[in-house]
Amino acid sequence: MSTTTIARVPAAPAATPGIGALRRLRYLEPVMLIWLLLIGVLVFLVAWPIVELLITSFQAPRTGAWTLNNYLAAYGRTRYVDALINSLALGALSALICAVLAVPMAWACSRTDMPGRGFAWFTVLAAFIIPPYLGAVGWILLAGPNSGWINQAWSLLIGTPDSTLFNVYSFTGLATVIALHSYPFIFIFTKSALDLVNSEMEDAANILGAGTWTTTWKVTLPLVWPTILAGIILVFLETIALFGTPAIIGIPARINVVTTQLWQFFEAPVRAEVAAAFAMPLLLITLALIGLQKLLLARKSYVSQTGKGGERRPIKLGPFWRWALLGWCVFVCLLSVVAPMVALVQASFAKAWGRGFSIDNLTIENYAFLLFRHDAAWGAVVNTFAFSAISATLAMVLALAIAYIVKRKLMPFGTALAFLCMAPFVIPGIVMAIGFYAAYAGPPLTLYGTAALMVFAFTTRFLPIAYANGASGMQMIHPEMEEAVRILGGGRLTAIRSVVAPLLKKALLGGWLLVFILATRELSAAIFLVGPETRTISVLLYDLSEEGNLESLSALGGILLVITLLFVGIGMKLIGRDFMLRRE
Amino acid sequence: MGKLVLSNLRRRFGSVAAVDGIDLTLQEGEFVSLLGPSGCGKTTTLRMIAGFIPPTDGSISMDGEVLSSPQAVLPPERRRMSMIFQSYAIWPNMTVTQNVSFGLKLRKLPDAEVRRRTGEILEVVQMGHLAGRYPGELSGGQQQRVALARAIVVQPSILLLDEPLSNLDANLREEMRFEIRRLHDEFRITTVYVTHDQAEAMVTSDRIAVMNAGKIEQVDDPFSLYNRPRTRFVAGFIGRTNFLEARLAGDRLTLDGFTIPVGMVQRSAALNGGPILLSVRPQSIALLRSRPQDEDAVALPAQVLECAYLGEYWDYVVVPQGSGLKLRVTAAPTQRHQPGEAVWLRFDPSQIVAIS
Repeated sequence: MSTTTIARVPAAPAATPGIGALRRLRYLEPVMLIWLLLIGVLVFLVAWPIVELLITSFQAPRTGAWTLNNYLAAYGRTRYVDALINSLALGALSALICAVLAVPMAWACSRTDMPGRGFAWFTVLAAFIIPPYLGAVGWILLAGPNSGWINQAWSLLIGTPDSTLFNVYSFTGLATVIALHSYPFIFIFTKSALDLVNSEMEDAANILGAGTWTTTWKVTLPLVWPTILAGIILVFLETIALFGTPAIIGIPARINVVTTQLWQFFEAPVRAEVAAAFAMPLLLITLALIGLQKLLLARKSYVSQTGKGGERRPIKLGPFWRWALLGWCVFVCLLSVVAPMVALVQASFAKAWGRGFSIDNLTIENYAFLLFRHDAAWGAVVNTFAFSAISATLAMVLALAIAYIVKRKLMPFGTALAFLCMAPFVIPGIVMAIGFYAAYAGPPLTLYGTAALMVFAFTTRFLPIAYANGASGMQMIHPEMEEAVRILGGGRLTAIRSVVAPLLKKALLGGWLLVFILATRELSAAIFLVGPETRTISVLLYDLSEEGNLESLSALGGILLVITLLFVGIGMKLIGRDFMLRRE
Repeated sequence: MGKLVLSNLRRRFGSVAAVDGIDLTLQEGEFVSLLGPSGCGKTTTLRMIAGFIPPTDGSISMDGEVLSSPQAVLPPERRRMSMIFQSYAIWPNMTVTQNVSFGLKLRKLPDAEVRRRTGEILEVVQMGHLAGRYPGELSGGQQQRVALARAIVVQPSILLLDEPLSNLDANLREEMRFEIRRLHDEFRITTVYVTHDQAEAMVTSDRIAVMNAGKIEQVDDPFSLYNRPRTRFVAGFIGRTNFLEARLAGDRLTLDGFTIPVGMVQRSAALNGGPILLSVRPQSIALLRSRPQDEDAVALPAQVLECAYLGEYWDYVVVPQGSGLKLRVTAAPTQRHQPGEAVWLRFDPSQIVAIS
């Protein structure tokens, strides 16, 4: 039976006798005004930048005449077309590497009695919270040609100086470094699907004569295959939209991808209209693949159906496989977390990183230089904190107001709000940034270089995450909780204050911290909208990487890492250890 | 005039008429159940009474004042009612005491008064020793008691209950039925109780309104409802029954294989020329091993088709001789018959009800 709460009171024409007094009691909720306000904000943050992006791509600069020249300029040179092909290949390769890294880990953690499952989980979490370009810096230190730690060790081992085992400045190197940051997505997707597979599914195969491996290959993995594929799609999309790692590794290696090419269109003279045209395939591919991903996940509703009831027993691995799988997890942990972070931290405390771990090489000079003498670093730290905190707050307030209206069905077309809120999810951050540039950088608002522009862009970028958090929090509050307040004599605002707000506290805090942490590392939107006064840590990191001073770069990375760990720690303490790694 | 009057109340959702024109009047202090299968409109009716849903037609008035009409709806918070929800809706962020005293505080009663009344009602529902607990630390039955206390303590003009026992296990459910009735006897609050469980309705209610497809089929006290159902739906929904088709021939009703004098049947006055449906409760048919001796008895030979032992009684399916009917008959636990056995059935005409 429908339990929709409809507080809307139709206007009363033709007064029926006896209800005249009642008309004065009419209770029109202020929700209508709030709804209009929210629509306005969302149009400003989400819709208008996208519209401007489209318009700009079809307009001649200055004259504003309609033209297709921007598209011709964007695809008229093989170098630009190659960037698109490179992006697609890079996305495919890194998604593939991710699957190889993550699927065995996920299976071992979810279905087997492998020792150290907690350790594997921790590895994934650590890999996820490390900002991707910090991993890139770490890997430059590890696998730079000749001088990287791995290549130096290799040279010693085979006795030939200056030989290279693994060159990070290569296509494979770039894809590997990206994958070492992105595999947690596939891990989370795969594990959450495997967690739902009932042991009886496997028992049914066992009883018919299938062994552990046959069962895993023929029953368990096929059940979760669509989910793995959805994870692969996600990694692919993350990769083609990624700016930091391709910029830090790809540009020196002369590997041009869409995002770095977009960046080049923004070097003086800025050709925003060509960039807008060039960004279209990225947008369309993302839209198409997200659609495909939805289809994949929807079709496989049977996976969740198998989760009802029934027990789940871990598969008993033989001694060899127990340790082999654990070995794999340790290997992934070394590559994705321990090695790059040790290298980064060592360099940040080193006078010259190539001189290694000796005591006389230790210094805090790099940090001291950044924090006390560098002309922009301290400002960048302050900016990062301020922008992230303000955008996290804005995003959560917006998301909650909308989630409340949508979940309580207070307004017709409430879902339009939800749709606008989730729209940035299908728009790569870098494309969003170009839209913001097109819409607000110039007149009439002329926000270019202001803090407001950065904050608006961050808010928009993380609005979907904030909304997912707010909506899932609202979902858990039964409407009857509020109705119980109202029938006892409290208005809707009393209900929100005394029941909804206290119950949402945790979800709110979790969402806020998540957006905050993601905003502190945001680079791909920031780099397009930043001005001299609004540099953030991430932008400064990129600038330092261009200068090539790896010690200062590492120290700034260390600062960002400390901030990240601090807030992740707070979140885990207050909300629980899984608060960042939930599959939304 | 009644305390609460629903007149010609309707509610449509899209093209579906969830509540399709119902009239019901509750007297002060009366306990009335809305009983019916899921989707019959009973919860929608209750939520309209509470003010959560505006009606599309008709009106709801209390003490002569119109609360709801398509033109205007007094919001729930101004109705001085209280409600017990299917999910209990106990606020998990407040202790038992805070939950129960919430409504009193909204009424701006002095602190001492709030404390006194909260303490008293918690004793009444036997929750005094758990006053400082949070809902997460309570069992389902205890949460239910908190919900009852929270709803009653404000002395509402009308108490609404929306399937309050459907989430409890069977034993607790039975206990809480009597608890709800006890509280009603103690406080005499005018009550509307929504349920799909006929036993629940019969234990708690002064009167039961049986609903089907958005309409009220019959409103009566439990005894009349069971013994004199007015429609086929009511007869079938309240308890089990056999439906027999009959024709009126002179002063006798002709059934498939036997006849009975029409004057002996309940509600025979309602009969007109049309097809007649009789409701015969399984326990009103006696199973005999031989033909009954008295001449007046309405009796006929039959054969046992199936039997099932349910502890408190035997459940038999019998087929009267020369008839296609299959009748359900219940018999005492000691009365055993084998399938295939020949028996005699004796009907008690005073327990046969003509429906239409």
